[in-house]
Amino acid sequence: MLTFLGRRILTAIPTIILISIFVFSLQHLLPGDPILVMAGEERDPEVIAALREKYRFNDPVPMQYLAWAGNALQGDLGISLRTQQPVLELIGEKLPVTIQLAVMALIIAILIGIPAGVLSAYKKGTWIDWVANITALSGLSVPNFWLGIMLILLVSVKLGWLPASGYVPLTEDPLQSIRVMIMPAFVLGTAIAATLMRHTRSAMLSVLKSDYVRTARAKGLQERVVLVKHALRNALVPVVTVITLLFGELLAGAVLTEQIFTIPGFGKLVVDAVFNRDYAVVQGIVLCTGIAFIFMNILADAAYRILNPRMSQQ
Amino acid sequence: MHMLKTLGLAALLATTSSLAQAQDLKIGLQEDPDVLDPDQSRTFVGRIVYASLCDKLVDITPELEIIPMLAREWEWNADGTELTMKLQEGVTFHDGEPFNAEAVAANIDRSQNFELSRRKSEVQSITGTEVIDEHTIKFTLSAPDATLLAQFADRAGMMVSPKAAGEAGESFGLNPVCAGPFKFKERIQQDRIVLEKFDDYYRADEINFDTVTFLPIPDTTVRLANLRAGDLDMLERLAATDLSSAEADDGIKVEKATSLGYQGITINVANGAGAENPLGQNAAVRKALSLAIDRNALNQVVFEGAFATGNQPFSPTSPWYNPDFTVPERDVEAAKALLAEAGFPDGVTVEIQVANNPVQTQVMQVIQSMASEAGIKIELAAKEFATLLADQSAGDYTASQVGWSGRVDPDGNIHQFMTTEGGINDSKYSDPEMDRLLDEARLSTDPAVRKESYSAAIAKQQEDMPIVYLYHPVWIWALDKDIKGFEPYPDGMIRLHGVSIEE
Repeated sequence: MLTFLGRRILTAIPTIILISIFVFSLQHLLPGDPILVMAGEERDPEVIAALREKYRFNDPVPMQYLAWAGNALQGDLGISLRTQQPVLELIGEKLPVTIQLAVMALIIAILIGIPAGVLSAYKKGTWIDWVANITALSGLSVPNFWLGIMLILLVSVKLGWLPASGYVPLTEDPLQSIRVMIMPAFVLGTAIAATLMRHTRSAMLSVLKSDYVRTARAKGLQERVVLVKHALRNALVPVVTVITLLFGELLAGAVLTEQIFTIPGFGKLVVDAVFNRDYAVVQGIVLCTGIAFIFMNILADAAYRILNPRMSQQ
Repeated sequence: MHMLKTLGLAALLATTSSLAQAQDLKIGLQEDPDVLDPDQSRTFVGRIVYASLCDKLVDITPELEIIPMLAREWEWNADGTELTMKLQEGVTFHDGEPFNAEAVAANIDRSQNFELSRRKSEVQSITGTEVIDEHTIKFTLSAPDATLLAQFADRAGMMVSPKAAGEAGESFGLNPVCAGPFKFKERIQQDRIVLEKFDDYYRADEINFDTVTFLPIPDTTVRLANLRAGDLDMLERLAATDLSSAEADDGIKVEKATSLGYQGITINVANGAGAENPLGQNAAVRKALSLAIDRNALNQVVFEGAFATGNQPFSPTSPWYNPDFTVPERDVEAAKALLAEAGFPDGVTVEIQVANNPVQTQVMQVIQSMASEAGIKIELAAKEFATLLADQSAGDYTASQVGWSGRVDPDGNIHQFMTTEGGINDSKYSDPEMDRLLDEARLSTDPAVRKESYSAAIAKQQEDMPIVYLYHPVWIWALDKDIKGFEPYPDGMIRLHGVSIEE
């Protein structure tokens, strides 16, 4: 297992370097000039010249990249052009927020998606299956931003049950933190739950048809044991792959959800940074997201091996 | 488990008891401010935070008169090249450092010479500062500068602690130290900026809050929802379309002030190849476009009539407005006649770029439909703002729907746009007579003389029309009904002196 993990981590390094080169060059292809944005409404030519010099915008792009990469290797991802805050510090500030949102959303998605998938596979063709499918379809079709605004209007404005937006750190006030986060996590989670439900359902359907399930039933095992212990465990292998892939979707969905609920996380940071052409911040975030994504994939591969020990022997 | 319960209970008690004692004011902002250093900062919302954090040398009244703040009185010498200010005594910065003439001199030096300063052009007329005594400072100017006091009423006049600024350098904005009613406590980017009452503030008796928290909430619907839910006490820039619903809400009251800024269509008249088209080459076509627009209808359709129509850099309520040219009524026939006279009887086609947000896009769609009736076919190019700005600055555009947030002194709304060397003259409009009039207006401190120059400049602008002015935004604040003492200002700032919550 350890050699496996070590090998996977080593092969990830070139990918990370490629990601950073891509993002750096793509940003410079974006129309719009960060210095013009930074110079303010007056756009004083003297100020513009000073800023260009200061932030090395006069250097050729490859030189700018090398300077950035050199600093990044020493753990310095630069500063935000907009607020002067170090990028690494910003990421450290925002990462826990988005992770909390993503984890809560994932928990909600798993709690809804997997049981619903199992149930609708087991009750295939009945009204339960239909209701689950229609709900899943609407979960997929309803846009995040619409559901978010509707929930704010209903739950916060009309009923006054939950705060409409904002963020409280988990360490400061755990209860309030979860209260604030539950609505956005729900909005983000439902879309994922639908995908998860569909995949669990089809995986369960194929597993339920297999010989060993028939054998298990023939042995006289309780239906619950057959379903959960025998069928679901095997059906979960493809579902875990989906969950890993959904992690990317979660991060993408977090961008929108964080905008609506004004959650100061990664997504909001990246959107604001793109609009302000805050290159160092965009670069830092994409790099971190890339690393996180690769890490999730490595974890998924490790999880397969735990769920299905035969895979490690190959 | 037991431990957890106890902790939870303690936390609950702590929050409820702190609620009972500390008076906190929560203000919803439309954007997250940029760096909190008055010399580096560039955003409007940043200035809203400064109104509570950093006192200025002078302030304005809602009628735009300059009044004392950190400078208690001042006088000009006869030819307007020397300004002597007497400063408030007994004022300290948030770090305990004294505010005095030395500190003012250091601040001017920082605005002029700090590598990252965005204030350089605002204080460029100052050639020297002289500390007369502890609380008297004299500024020597290269030439008379009527705009200087107004600059001192904004970021260039905000005093930061020279000691803190010297120590922090570029990163001063991460922990700003000023001399305002509140001191900086913490900031979580895109989430909140918290200020706490500065006990040694020289006007502490006017301040009724222990903390003030600024929460950036860009979505106007969510911002209003937060106010309704009681999570905010006040918000700035309520959407005009939400005005009637907010006014109908018993728990909310609404305050308004016509802004100092404007929105218009800047036309490329000589900025490279983009100017080579009927609109750029022919003032008659520009005037036809202006006449084709029903500004009242535009205001009604997009802003429910809440904004102010306009046709000049100053709003019709401003003392600098030239009443000889009132906001024109729509006249499609006259517009067609102008086009025919200019040699375009079959009409013209022009491309206008617009920021890709819903409101500005709607503004341009209304204008597009109005103009088409007069034979001006508008093709809209929706661009993200940073791109629009870069294209406009590079001359890579025909016409651009943009605006200006406005300045206290009239000079700030016109000089930089209409003079040949103006830094933001993206039209590249150039006229020696206009240059002379606007330079003259800058040199005199006599309002009557200035008014005459501005009136003549506006007459000229109506003739050449490098910018077609459309409307003046109105600042709309929505407040919890228990907030007392709030006064709306045309600069859009939130001044907390004398504001309180009374239940």
